Amino acid sequence: MSIKITLTVNGVKHTNKVEPRMLLVHYLRDVLKLTGTHVGCDTSGCGACTIHVNGKATKSCTMLAVQADKAKIITIEGMATHHELHPLQEAFNQCHGLQCGFCTPGMIMTAADFLTRNKKPNEKEIREALEGNLCRCTGYENIVKSIQYAADKMSAPKARKTKKEATV
Amino acid sequence: MSTNNGNGADAPNRFIGKSVKRVEDKRFTTGHGRYTDDIVLPHQTYAAFVRSQYAHAKIVSVNITTAKAMPGVVAIYTGAHVAEVNGVPCGWQVNFKNGTPMKEPKHPLLVTDKARHVGDAIAIVIARSKEEAEDAAQAVEVKYEELPCEIDAFKAAQPGAPLVHDDVPNNICYDWALGNPIDEVNAAMNSASHVTTLEFVNQRLIPNAIEPRCYNASYDRIHDHYTLYTSSQNPHVIRLLMCAFVLGIPEHKVRVVSPDVGGGFGSKIFHYTEEALLTWCSKHIGRPVKWTAERSESFLTDAHGRDHITKAEMGFDNDGKIVALRVKTYANLGAYLSTFGSCVPSYLHGTLMQGLYTTPKINIDVTAVFTHTTAVDAYRGAGRPEATYVLERLMDLAAHEMKVDPVELRFKNFIPPFDGVTQPGYQTQVALQYDSGNYHGVLEKGLQMLGYDDFRKAQKEAAHNGKLLGVGFSTYIEACGIAPSSVVGSLGARAGLFEFGQVRVQPTGKVTVFTGSHSHGQGHETTFAQVVADKLGISMDDVHIVHGDTGKIGFGMGTYGSRSLAVGGTAIVKSIEKIIEKGKKIAAHLLEASADDIDFANGNFTVKGTDKSIPFANIALTAYVPHKYPDDLEPGLDFSSFYDPANFTYPFGCHIAVVEVDKETGKVTLKRFIAVDDVGNIINPMIVEGQIHGGVAQGIGQALFEGAEYDNNGQLTNASYMDYCMPRADDFPMYETATQITPCPHNPLGVKGAGEAGAIGSTPAVVNAVLDALWSGGHEVKDIRMPLTSERVWRAMQN
Ligand code: FES
Ligand code: FES
Repeated sequence: MSIKITLTVNGVKHTNKVEPRMLLVHYLRDVLKLTGTHVGCDTSGCGACTIHVNGKATKSCTMLAVQADKAKIITIEGMATHHELHPLQEAFNQCHGLQCGFCTPGMIMTAADFLTRNKKPNEKEIREALEGNLCRCTGYENIVKSIQYAADKMSAPKARKTKKEATV
Repeated sequence: MSTNNGNGADAPNRFIGKSVKRVEDKRFTTGHGRYTDDIVLPHQTYAAFVRSQYAHAKIVSVNITTAKAMPGVVAIYTGAHVAEVNGVPCGWQVNFKNGTPMKEPKHPLLVTDKARHVGDAIAIVIARSKEEAEDAAQAVEVKYEELPCEIDAFKAAQPGAPLVHDDVPNNICYDWALGNPIDEVNAAMNSASHVTTLEFVNQRLIPNAIEPRCYNASYDRIHDHYTLYTSSQNPHVIRLLMCAFVLGIPEHKVRVVSPDVGGGFGSKIFHYTEEALLTWCSKHIGRPVKWTAERSESFLTDAHGRDHITKAEMGFDNDGKIVALRVKTYANLGAYLSTFGSCVPSYLHGTLMQGLYTTPKINIDVTAVFTHTTAVDAYRGAGRPEATYVLERLMDLAAHEMKVDPVELRFKNFIPPFDGVTQPGYQTQVALQYDSGNYHGVLEKGLQMLGYDDFRKAQKEAAHNGKLLGVGFSTYIEACGIAPSSVVGSLGARAGLFEFGQVRVQPTGKVTVFTGSHSHGQGHETTFAQVVADKLGISMDDVHIVHGDTGKIGFGMGTYGSRSLAVGGTAIVKSIEKIIEKGKKIAAHLLEASADDIDFANGNFTVKGTDKSIPFANIALTAYVPHKYPDDLEPGLDFSSFYDPANFTYPFGCHIAVVEVDKETGKVTLKRFIAVDDVGNIINPMIVEGQIHGGVAQGIGQALFEGAEYDNNGQLTNASYMDYCMPRADDFPMYETATQITPCPHNPLGVKGAGEAGAIGSTPAVVNAVLDALWSGGHEVKDIRMPLTSERVWRAMQN
């Protein structure tokens, strides 16, 4: 019944046997114990489960674990590198972009993907980019400001990763 | 062992009043928050529920034979198994007008006789995995006999309506009134030269914290001890209710932990049946059992909010002064009494009918009704948004009818400013005494921000060009910081509403604070630490705030009613005062002075008028290494306090919405939203602003987007995020916020509370703005039912 999958999560290779019906989000949470990715709904409406699959923001509740075979996955736990926070992680703190924190991993993962595609977004574009993510606490304004803050920081002349991004 | 208290240059308030960034953020932004569903215990099992598909049905039989034989199933329990267990209690007794107690039908852990709303729990299935539990739950066969149902509070209270509980006649839980005798109010109303009448529905909302409810219960047979992890706003209250009222197990054998909780908004205050049932099951199966609500299950079983049907009348004299207010409300309680379901439409609603106005005669009459729907209880604001909606809709409508400016009408009727110190509090007609207020101030500030004169010009011009622009006002007050125990006790509360705070100074001068308040987004770990660090003159890094665990914290009443800082914060301040007092005795001994001659400031104990001083950390060390120590003093530096407030606190403010309505489609665009809030003193402006933002978004959500939709069969037809319109980021403009500060006179921090203000003030401002826009185009519309969807607004314009 179980199917063997091999995938890379936050740079670490995993091989597991999973039930075909297991959702990717449950694989991450229950099998790999990466509980930073959250489940807020059952209709792919909240975005709390957003991760990066092969570099693209994806709702991990809408994918089966078996579909992620051979994929490269980044979760919120993989965003900080060498104890250095990702600019978005810092920005959410600086701009009070979170309250209960439950939506936050999904917000950050969505925003991180968005910022690779739009390096100088305006307010409207940011709000539209968050179309798939619900937050019940913040009223969104400080999330928008957080993303703006991170965008500014990342596009500043000596922002890290600039080189890497250019090759994507 | 260094604190920065050696620095005599420290200003007294280094943290209070500053937008200190939150210390709790890092774990959330890096994916290391620890919510209940993240916890997996050894030998963990998982539960799934069999829930009623019908709003009202006799349960003929429940057959678990097939299900029990399914793979992985550990146990299945039905109502018959828990028939001897008590139901979950209601925490507030409201009496009928004639003095008899409200009707309080049993709210069982699992139903046996009949199901009373869609989602009512019939059986619990426990298995090795969540999937196996769900599979087996599907295989439980329930035979129903469908019965007629009623979802509307007014209709359910009429003779002949189908009964939710056979022993509750006309489904009426209670009828209740507050204020001046009705004859006096009628007489005043009859004398009015103008009466504005409004009939409306304050629709049912679903709180929708993004973290679904989740519980994980375990039982340790060796020590006869239970642990319950719960996504609750108040773990001590849950422990008390569950142990003393439901399961009859001793409290000291139960630890309740609320770890990180993903938002509550009221919906996680209540003691839910699943909490008690899982705890009961954990002992029966001898293994931990966890249940996490599916979102569709949350929609059906989290307590809902609002749901009032109201007729309100406000009478004015020739001069535009309010002479009387008369309100009749049918409040929908749902199928069962939730923990505070009874007090929301009565004591948290009727008591706010004075608003900010000098109305001399007020009567509010509430009939609370059971229906075949999910239970209704406190949702952000809890009764106060409903009261504000009554008053503020009436004010703008009355101004329109009397052809006066809605702003002028408010200024004319405002209670004059009073500080509650040199001037007394304001005694309302509806039981409360306001603490301090400057209501003119917030409206004036709001008008400045709006640019009122310019707006009216722009509106005229827009109307000229065929565009509908509108402005809506809402000047609100709320009662929070809940509350003096003796007062709420006399009103029927079955619990005290004090708070507990313990401050433990470690030998090295580092401080651990144990608070009975609970943070599920409010940022207590930061705000409370700011207070403690300033009061003790130490660094915030040297303060650690512990909350949410009955195993660590002496007691607690939890977080709701915007009470954490006003009540929980004060309990901590009281303990700090005891620490300082004892510290002075120790310092006096070491400095060979009298304790009366010792001052404490900036982290130093100093002999008055000298430069002889000892830093706080040295006193801490001496308390634990008491070699040179006063004879009559106990070692240690660790104090707890219970703080019972002298009064509620009364934040207030002015919210202003500017909208544009599309003539062709009825689509409402929120152009501006201005919020001027006075929440008393402010510890962390950034966090207060965040609270206002979140509340405002929920309030606007009610006005424009949200609402539970039941069909006539009692099915909740929009029970998912696909169907229930939750506001999203692109539904809002940037909010324009400001604060005014009128300190609370009766707590040492002077704080009032900010958690609910946004949700209380905002809703009527938006609805008023839409109506103002329609009026500007000549559409004489009195009311549009919320949420104000394009279709509803468009239809209103066609008449
Ligand atoms: S859990 Fe994936 S979108 Fe809600
Ligand atoms: S911070 Fe609580 S849901 Fe977004």
